[in-house]
Order: sequence, then C-alpha cells, then structure tokens
Amino acid sequence: MFATSILVAMPVVYLLIRAMDADTAQAIDLVFRWRNLELLWNTLALTAGVLFVSTLVSYPLAWVTARTDLPFRKTVTTLAILPLAIPGYVMAYTLISLGGANGTVVQLFGVEVPRISGYLGALLSVSSYSFPYLYLNLRAGFLGLDPAQEEAARSLGMNTRQIFFKIWVPHLKPAYLSGALIIVLYVLGDFGAVSLMRYETISYALFMQYAGSYDRIYAAWLALMLIALTATLLLAEARLLKGVRLSRVGTGAQRHRSSTLGSWKGVVFTGIGLIVLSSLVVPIGTVLFWMGKSATHAGWTDVATSLLNSVRVSAPAALLACVMAIPLAYVSVRYPSRLASFFERIAWFGFATPPLALGLAFIFFSLSAAPWLYQTLVVLVIAYAVHFLAEALGPIRSALYQAPPRLEEAARSLGYAPFAAFRRATLPLLRNGTIAGSAFVFLSAMKELPITFILAPVGFESLAMNVWGYTNEAMFADAAPFALILLLLSSLFVGFLFTRELKP
Amino acid sequence: MSVLLRVNALSKRFTPESPLVVDEVSFDVGQNEIFAILGPSGCGKTTTLRMIAGFERADKGSVELNSQVVECAHAHVSPDQRGIGFVFQEYALFPHLDVVGNIGFGLHRLSNADKTRRVAEMVELAGLGGLESRKPHELSGGQQQRVALARALAPMPKIILLDEPFSNLDAVLRQSTRQEIRQMLKKAGISAILVTHDQEEALSFADRIAVMNQGRVEQVGTPEDVYETPRTEFVALFLGRTNLIKAKARGMEAWTDFGAMMIDRPMNGDVTLSIRPEHLTLERVNESNCNGCCGTILNREFKGHDITYTIRLARTECLVHTDNRMPFVAGDRVVVKPVEPAVVLS
Repeated sequence: MFATSILVAMPVVYLLIRAMDADTAQAIDLVFRWRNLELLWNTLALTAGVLFVSTLVSYPLAWVTARTDLPFRKTVTTLAILPLAIPGYVMAYTLISLGGANGTVVQLFGVEVPRISGYLGALLSVSSYSFPYLYLNLRAGFLGLDPAQEEAARSLGMNTRQIFFKIWVPHLKPAYLSGALIIVLYVLGDFGAVSLMRYETISYALFMQYAGSYDRIYAAWLALMLIALTATLLLAEARLLKGVRLSRVGTGAQRHRSSTLGSWKGVVFTGIGLIVLSSLVVPIGTVLFWMGKSATHAGWTDVATSLLNSVRVSAPAALLACVMAIPLAYVSVRYPSRLASFFERIAWFGFATPPLALGLAFIFFSLSAAPWLYQTLVVLVIAYAVHFLAEALGPIRSALYQAPPRLEEAARSLGYAPFAAFRRATLPLLRNGTIAGSAFVFLSAMKELPITFILAPVGFESLAMNVWGYTNEAMFADAAPFALILLLLSSLFVGFLFTRELKP
Repeated sequence: MSVLLRVNALSKRFTPESPLVVDEVSFDVGQNEIFAILGPSGCGKTTTLRMIAGFERADKGSVELNSQVVECAHAHVSPDQRGIGFVFQEYALFPHLDVVGNIGFGLHRLSNADKTRRVAEMVELAGLGGLESRKPHELSGGQQQRVALARALAPMPKIILLDEPFSNLDAVLRQSTRQEIRQMLKKAGISAILVTHDQEEALSFADRIAVMNQGRVEQVGTPEDVYETPRTEFVALFLGRTNLIKAKARGMEAWTDFGAMMIDRPMNGDVTLSIRPEHLTLERVNESNCNGCCGTILNREFKGHDITYTIRLARTECLVHTDNRMPFVAGDRVVVKPVEPAVVLS
C-alpha cells in the first residue's frame, strides 16, 4: 500500500524537481507570460462551455427519463449513456471529416460545408462524450427525489417555478456537482479532441511543448499549472458540497409519482432525436461511411498489430491496478482511519491528475530514478494502472462491503493464519468486483490516448494513436478501421457500466 | 470437575477516554461444562467472548486455557492457534462454499480421507443429510445454524463459544434447536460458553450462569442458584419478575408491609428483600390472619395455567403468582402469605 501511494505520488514529485531546474527569474518568466493567461482563458472557456451544453442536454433528459410517463424510458436511457463509448478524438475525427473539400457531406450530398474546428469543434466533441456522466448523476438524483417533498411544497402554496428552484435545484446539487466534477476532469485532461480541433488549451500546449521544442522545463511548469487548476476546481467542488445533506428524513414508504407529458411528447421525442442524431448516429455513421471507402486499401495487418499492442499494455495494466486496489480497498473498508482515507485519496489523485501531466511526470521519473525503464512498455503499464486505479477501486470496494469481517474471524477460529484467512474467506467474494474493476481499467486503457502518446516507446502504435495520427493528416479512410474497433471495445465498456449502474 | 478455561480479572476499553466495557470479569469453565454469560445488550458479554476467542485484545487480566495463558496484556496467542471454536450470531457461513465446504473448512490439517470421514460424521450429527451440496443461501435459518455449529465442532475444539446463536431463529425453532445443540455438545463432550440476553435461554441451556451488567459480573452460579437466590437487585430483576421489598431484619426474620417473613440468611437492620411472585400466595381476610397488613387486589391477569395478581398494600404494590383455581377478583381484600423465605439482596 505504501508502495502504491509512492508509485502515484513519486512521478509528481519528479515533475516538481524538474520544474525547479529553472532559476527564480526563469520560473517567473515561465509562469507569468501572456500566453499562459491565454491558455488558461481557453481552457476555462471550454470547461464552462462543455458544462453549459451538458447541463442543457442532461437536465431535461434526466427529468423525462426519471420523472415522467415518457414511453420507452429504458431505451432512451440506454441511448443517452451510449455516447460514453465514443472517445473524444473519434468524435473529433467525425466532425472534422464532415466538412471540407473531401468531407463526408460533400461526398454524400454534393454540397461543401466548412470544416468544423477551433472552439466550436472542441466544445461539440468533448460535450458529446462527457454529458452522459452528468446525465447519469442527475437521473439518480431525480430517482432519489421524494415526491412527498414536492407535494408538501404544493400544499404550502408553491408554484412549479418555485418548486424547481426551491426543491429540485438544492436537492439535485450534490448529484449535479459530482457529475460536473467528472466532466471538468475530462475537459482539463482532454488532449485528443482539442489537439485535432487545433484549440489551444493548457493540455494541448503542454503536448506541443513536449513534442515540438523539447523545452522540458516549460512543459513541466505547464503540467504543474494544469494540476494546480485541477486541484483548485476539486477544492471548489468540495467547498460547494460541504454540509449538503438532503436525504429523506423520517420513515414511510416512498411512493412513485410521475408527471404526465401529454401533448409535449412530440417535442420531447424531437429533442431526444436530435441528441441521439448528433451524439450517436453521426459518429457511427461517419465511421461506417469511411470504412466503406477504406475497404480497398486498408492495411489490416496494421490494424491487427495495433490492436495487439493495445491489448499487450492494457491487460497487464488492468491486472496491476487490481493488485494495487485490493489492499487499498481492504484497509479503507476494514480499518477506516485518517491514514486509510489518505491512501484512498491517493488513488483519486492518480485519476484526477490530467493524463498528459501524469505522462510527463512519469517521463521525468523514469529518466531520473530508473533510466533502464525509460522508453519501455513497463512505464506505460504502470502509468495506466496509476491513472485508472480509481476505476478498479470502486467495484472492489463495493464487493468488500458484501464480505463481512466475521467471515475472516470464522476462518481464524478454524485455524487459518491472517493472510490465509483473507485468501480463503474474503478473496473468493471479491471475484466479481475484481473482474468488473479490471474490465473497466482494461477498456479505459485500450482507448487512452495522451498517456500512450507520451510514454509509448518509439515504434509502438496503439489503436488510439492511429486514429489520432491519420485524422491529423486528414486521412479519414485510413483512420476508420481503428476507430471502428475502438467503438466496439468502448461499447463493451459502456455495457459494463450500464449493467452496474442500472442494477436495482 | 477440572477447570478448562479460566478468565481472570479481564478488562477492556475501546478508546482511552471511554468507560470500561469489560470490568474485571472473572469466571471458570469446567471440562464438559456448558456455561452462559447472561446480560442486557451493551453489558460487555460479547466483548468478553471475543477476547476469549482472540478477536479482541485484553487491556488487563488474563485468559488461561488448560492452564496456559492465551491472552493477557503482554501475551496474545492468535485466534488460529487457540483451538477455540466460535459460532457467530449471524453465522458467518462462507457464501462461496457449500455445506460440505463450510463444515470441512477447518479440517485443512487432516488427510483427504480423514477429512471426508469427519465431515460425514458432522453432517450426520447435525442432521444435515441430503443438504451436502447446498450453498448457504439455499438453507433455512435453522439449517444455517446447524452448519455453523457443525463447522465449529468439526476440528474438535476444546471449547466452543456461542454468540447469541439462537437469536435469528423464530420462537418455536429456538426451543427445539437449543435442546438439540445441548445434547450434541454433551454427547461430544465439548465445553461451551453461550452469550445471550434471554434469561429463559440461559436458564434452560447452561449448567452455570454468569450474570453481567455494565461490564461487571454480578453473580455466578447454577441456574437454580441465580434464580432462587439472586445476590443483587439487578440479578433478581433480570432473571424474571420479582418483588423488591424494603424490610427490617432481625436474625432470620424480617418485617414487611405484609407482615413478618422468614429470610434466607441472618441479617440485622434495614434490608432489601427479593421474593418471586410464585413464592407468595393469597388468603381471604378473616379476624385471625389480618393483623393490619392486608391488601386490595388491583388487577387480575388470567394466563391459562396460572394467574398473576397485583396487590395494593399499605405503602407498596406486589405481584403474586397463583394457580388458576384461585377465586379472587379485583377489589377483594386479601392477605399475602409467603411460602418460601425471602432472599436478602446485598
């Protein structure tokens, strides 16, 4: 467990050490430049925009699927979660390949439309895959909202507008904030979509700095600034959530009441149709369209090689993440203490650290502390495991809650030493949780782009790297098979999430 | 009877600021003896049991098994080295193993053939034939209970600890299971400590009982002992309905609201007496028996095989338990007569 926390914390320490290579004057020059302010502004503008779009889409969608008599609510819910399966860079690939002289639109309809890029492109690509996180949280929030509160408010003379602001908004605040937090982490960490859209956020600049000029000190400072920004937003969220407790007080069965949509159904279905069209139909259709074009000249051996490469690093990463998560989960569930929750927070720290910054930190770490690891797949596997540790931790933790400590005591009284008792009595019960956790990590690692980019040894190409690379060169047909395989893998991921999330 | 387990001045607190949960608890358990620790919830009985098993460390005092110290402030034999069986309140059966897997769990030091034979014996003893390949969730509460017991008994421990093992069973099943398990233990010649808050359970199951309150042992004795001659108010009240009466004692006699009565040991001065309702009876008032201390019947509670009367006396009320042929009704004037000496409480 100490080893795990060191593994997570150490690279960031090396990032600091590298940043401290600059003398004071240089540091001041690196931090206080006009360009940083520009990057910060761009990043915040994108964050705000994505939050705004996601809220606009998720709030009504969550309400109609949770609290109304809308037909096909289950199907609509599935369709609203599915966009999670489309990585940001695939979405960007879709949007970019629509317009321009050889774009999808001109090939299908003979009309040339301008190519989407910049802020709008980044906003659409990031929003379309991140809004489901907010949707899922708000939906859960709406389902947990006691209709009796609404009825009580009505009986006290409140109208619909007052109920919205005085009952719903405060009640949904925790759900909204935790959904928004995930979105913020994705926006700050996103590299694929913003780089393809040529929209200069801190992440993008960090990559350019690293890949182009080899000014590693400025890159280190940018990474630190990105981490600082993430930490600020995390703290702000914690502050906003402080003291919020809005559970049901008192007893009595909660009755279910749903609003009647009536003639609004048409409007609602049109809206849902638009969301599904832009977040699912267009990207999947585009990938399939370019697949048709690529069938003639696709290098299937390339596709197979990069699929194999992705598996080769993702599978050990999944295993490693579980090996690290089990003791972490065990201590935090069985021996809750300040120290245990600190260790657990370490896992979240790995997840919250923007992937580019984490990748860079691992470069510095391996160069200084373990040069024999530099440019090996081992570093990549460790970085994945550290970044996605939290995804393994969740399901393992909930499985542990199902395994009472009494079982291990029973094994002790039947003559087993502590570790044997754990292995024989508790570990078998963690099987499903561990499978789920490693599946999450595996699939996340398969579609991961920025960490792979920075840490992959020369000549190593994953599926995600190929989609990004070909799109960057506007070779849309060549990108299609890689994108298609990624879409299939990601829908497996969403399938997993879906069955866990919607289980009663 | 030789001593198997000796608990000596055992004490425990969970945090340095909190009061003692177990306060200088001492008792012995003999070979082949069934012992019960009886007390209300939160009295420290389960903590005592967990210290004997080795799941909790003791702050002070010691636990000796076969004259060897297994627990004291500076020595701790780990639970897997003690050879003490434990049956948990919620059974803690391994959900991933079937009945055979659960019962055989503690037999890992035996050869496969011996293990199979021993498991078969336990299945037979616990009456679990035909259920061998069931998983715990496919068993009824009573069956789970028997698997838990068979699992604890299989490695032939010197002593078995039972933590409220009957509390998850319904009333009818509880009585029959209790008697079955008592017979199983006696047949196997294994000592046991039962922890319970149910006085009837302790009285009918155990050879001897320790009554605990607020971390302390108030009295240890046979069921008859603690019931008939409770030493403290708490023990008198916890083991069933009783009348607590202020009296003035002189020698073997004491004067109460309903006249003079015999007491169980010589005392002088103000005392508190305990007399069980079934040790009192009622007589109709006449000139000879009423010497200024008769009472009025406030309430008559007919319960089929007996009747409980509440009697209003000069300064107090008392309960009288009689057979169902007693003819009195509410409002009747009666005289309360003790049929046994009252017990002096300390």
